Amino acid sequence: MRGTCRFAPFMLACVLAIADLPFARGEEPAPPLAIRGEVVHTMTGPAITDGVILVENGKIKAVGTAAQVPIPPGTRTLQGAVVTPGLIDAHTVVGLTGWINQPQDQDQLDPTEPIQPELRAIDSYNPRERLIEWLRGFGITTLHTGHAPGALVSGQTMIVKTTGDSVEEAVLRPAAMVAVTLGDDSRPGGDGAEKKSPGTRSKAVAMLRGELVKAREYARRRSAGGDEQPDRDLRREVFADVLAQKLPLLVTVNRATDIDAALRVAAEFDLRIVLDSAGEAYLCLERIKAAGVPVILHPSMRRAGMGETENISFETAATLRDAGIPFALQSGYEGYVPKTRVALFEAAIAAANGLTTEQALASITVDAAKILGIDDRVGALRPGLDGDIAIFDGDPFEYTTHCAGVVIDGRVVSDAPR
Amino acid sequence: MPAFTAHRRLHFRVAVSAAAAMFVAGAAAAYGEDRPVAFVGGRVLPIAGAAIDRGTVVVAAGKIIAVGPVDSTAVPADAERIDATGKVLMPGLVDTHSHVGGGWGGDASGPIQPDVRILDSINVRDAGFRKCRAGGLTTLNIMPGSGHLLSGQTIYAKLRQADTIDDILYRDPDGRILGGMKMANGTNSQKEPPFPGTRSKSAALVRQKFLKALDYKRKLAAASDDAAKRPDRDLEMEGLLDVLEGRVIVHHHAHRADDMLTVLRLREEFGFKVVLHHASEAWKIAGELAKANAPCSVIVVDAPGGKIEAMDMSLATGAVLEKEGVPCAFHTDDPVTDSRLFLRTAALAVRAGMSREKALEALTLAGAKMLELDHRIGSLEPGKDADLILLSGDPLALRTQVLQTWVEGRRVFDREDPEDRLFAVGGYGASRDQTAHACCTDNRMAETR
Repeated sequence: MRGTCRFAPFMLACVLAIADLPFARGEEPAPPLAIRGEVVHTMTGPAITDGVILVENGKIKAVGTAAQVPIPPGTRTLQGAVVTPGLIDAHTVVGLTGWINQPQDQDQLDPTEPIQPELRAIDSYNPRERLIEWLRGFGITTLHTGHAPGALVSGQTMIVKTTGDSVEEAVLRPAAMVAVTLGDDSRPGGDGAEKKSPGTRSKAVAMLRGELVKAREYARRRSAGGDEQPDRDLRREVFADVLAQKLPLLVTVNRATDIDAALRVAAEFDLRIVLDSAGEAYLCLERIKAAGVPVILHPSMRRAGMGETENISFETAATLRDAGIPFALQSGYEGYVPKTRVALFEAAIAAANGLTTEQALASITVDAAKILGIDDRVGALRPGLDGDIAIFDGDPFEYTTHCAGVVIDGRVVSDAPR
Repeated sequence: MPAFTAHRRLHFRVAVSAAAAMFVAGAAAAYGEDRPVAFVGGRVLPIAGAAIDRGTVVVAAGKIIAVGPVDSTAVPADAERIDATGKVLMPGLVDTHSHVGGGWGGDASGPIQPDVRILDSINVRDAGFRKCRAGGLTTLNIMPGSGHLLSGQTIYAKLRQADTIDDILYRDPDGRILGGMKMANGTNSQKEPPFPGTRSKSAALVRQKFLKALDYKRKLAAASDDAAKRPDRDLEMEGLLDVLEGRVIVHHHAHRADDMLTVLRLREEFGFKVVLHHASEAWKIAGELAKANAPCSVIVVDAPGGKIEAMDMSLATGAVLEKEGVPCAFHTDDPVTDSRLFLRTAALAVRAGMSREKALEALTLAGAKMLELDHRIGSLEPGKDADLILLSGDPLALRTQVLQTWVEGRRVFDREDPEDRLFAVGGYGASRDQTAHACCTDNRMAETR
């Protein structure tokens, strides 16, 4: 480590010390806090010049110009050039997948069966995973995380804050969506994969429809009651919630063929769905819009490679904006190096390819919160919302800007520039 | 730079450009339609030397013939003038470690394959090359993977428009194809026999092979001109002799600090030239690397981890190496990072404390030195190849675009051309001609990167 401590924020060995900050949620209420920014992006209206946010008991109490919102004497005050709501990563697998990338920290995908909606994200989430701290240091305060793409129905997702010593402390929504993958990536891998289903796109859709049909029958018989009702079945229960529109499907697709298949199944069973990744969404704009389906777009910097994602574009976020389709950005799933992306960086590339700064910010704050159904808690700076705030020493998207401070539920969880 | 030096250099530049202009008149016949090109009025970042706020760069016959302030740099009368006002000019970027082109080196038959050349498997029409040009890259070190102790010969590729592999090769004045030798240690090259199972075994296998090559060399020397005594030609031994005799640089994948030190131990024993690649833990041993004068080619990724050896990866590696005086270049390891975003690599290093100057050098001249091509590329100086990029603004700013890429005085990427633009931003067909092999996240590839 010789001579490296002044780089402490970037030194992973040193970073561990930051993770030890006493940020545990559910303890005593956080003391009052004020944040003052030369520019404050509230995401509820135009940015405020010389703005102040007061936070009390973990919630935002007041937002306005410094003239409108005086800071009570003695209040701890953080300052920065640019202040935004705490950032939301609209889809990741971090916490189920960890940075070591060995079997003991890879719980995002169980390959034994193609359809397992009963797998809960809360049963695998590791709140101490170091990748969570890594993301938090860049201002990410909320994650929609859970089971990964790569199986037809891989399991459930959930929504957490990037704090907490246990999943119970971290969790905002224990069951958010059910993760479905259509297209080439729904095929099983590993030994003997060629004899496992689904082996084709059509088979995958048939299997999904079959499960939904069975779940509808199950729900009908359960609700009929009496001696004839079937035994409880976790798998069918989750699909029954999907059919009842209590849980949306998060359908990971890239090819236009598969986007259309997802819309077709959603229409047939009257499901709530969110399109995930959606690399070729620009070929299906009218149909996506007509279906009223939002998109959690692939990371801007996702590898194009061959096959499913070969036609992705840096400009799809701007195309969705032009089409009036609600969208958010995400860090996605990474299987190797880097083990995660950073939603802030992905939104930056969208900002360099057609989105305005405000629109790109919305894709990782208020718009993400709306798609995830948590805009009553996070995603904007207005009184009553959670005290989740990110502070930057410049344009948040510029490569050379640092995230200078992060606040979650009114507690300062990071104040070392990164 | 003292004023005295600047003054002298200015005179030198004027003299050179006048001489070169005459030379161009004669050369025009040889280059056919090629006219001199003058980029006028842009901010010029020569890398070698201070930035010029309003500068002119003149190129002719594939070479740079003048670099200087607008007011004092003559533009040949017949030159095509490109107005660079408000824009930035800098050398074409040098990527010291790329896998573009779909090439594979050694196969599963053994851990050390110095006879295998990556040039025999590259598809020059691969969409990856077009994306490289869109990112401002003009020279690549195209490497076989890291799943071997020695996976084969690399090539230094010049990103000219190409129909055949010959069109992108660098050659020395004798016609010899230029490239390096790819080696790796640590976990990537460990697997079932005949591959090694431990780090010590890895080093022992490499040492034994180099000893055999030294033996071959002795026999060659002893035979002298006696054809009867000369050992049979052996492609593996010839490949290793290129390394042992300093004609070819070893480009050595090594993540962990101890693996890097092992490479330096072998360098000490056999005396080859080496560049350490990835160098994830270089920040832990920067002092030792400085003392050993061990150049590092560094990758910058968005998060640590993903493999055990990369867990201590840091955005600040470039900053630490700069502070300790260790030569540092960057690479994409494409597809690990996207060649279109190579400038971003330097910007992230600046975020973590590296100076702007050194970060830009690490994209250009530092890499050129690690390929021993700095007499031809890496900076904007008269006499060097006319490889340069025209940017819409500051190279380290998010919204800056590569507008044009030039190789040897020819435009190979123009963002205003719709087809070029497709490869710059992506979209339907942007992977056309992508070579079909396992994708980057496939296990086979993942293990060998």
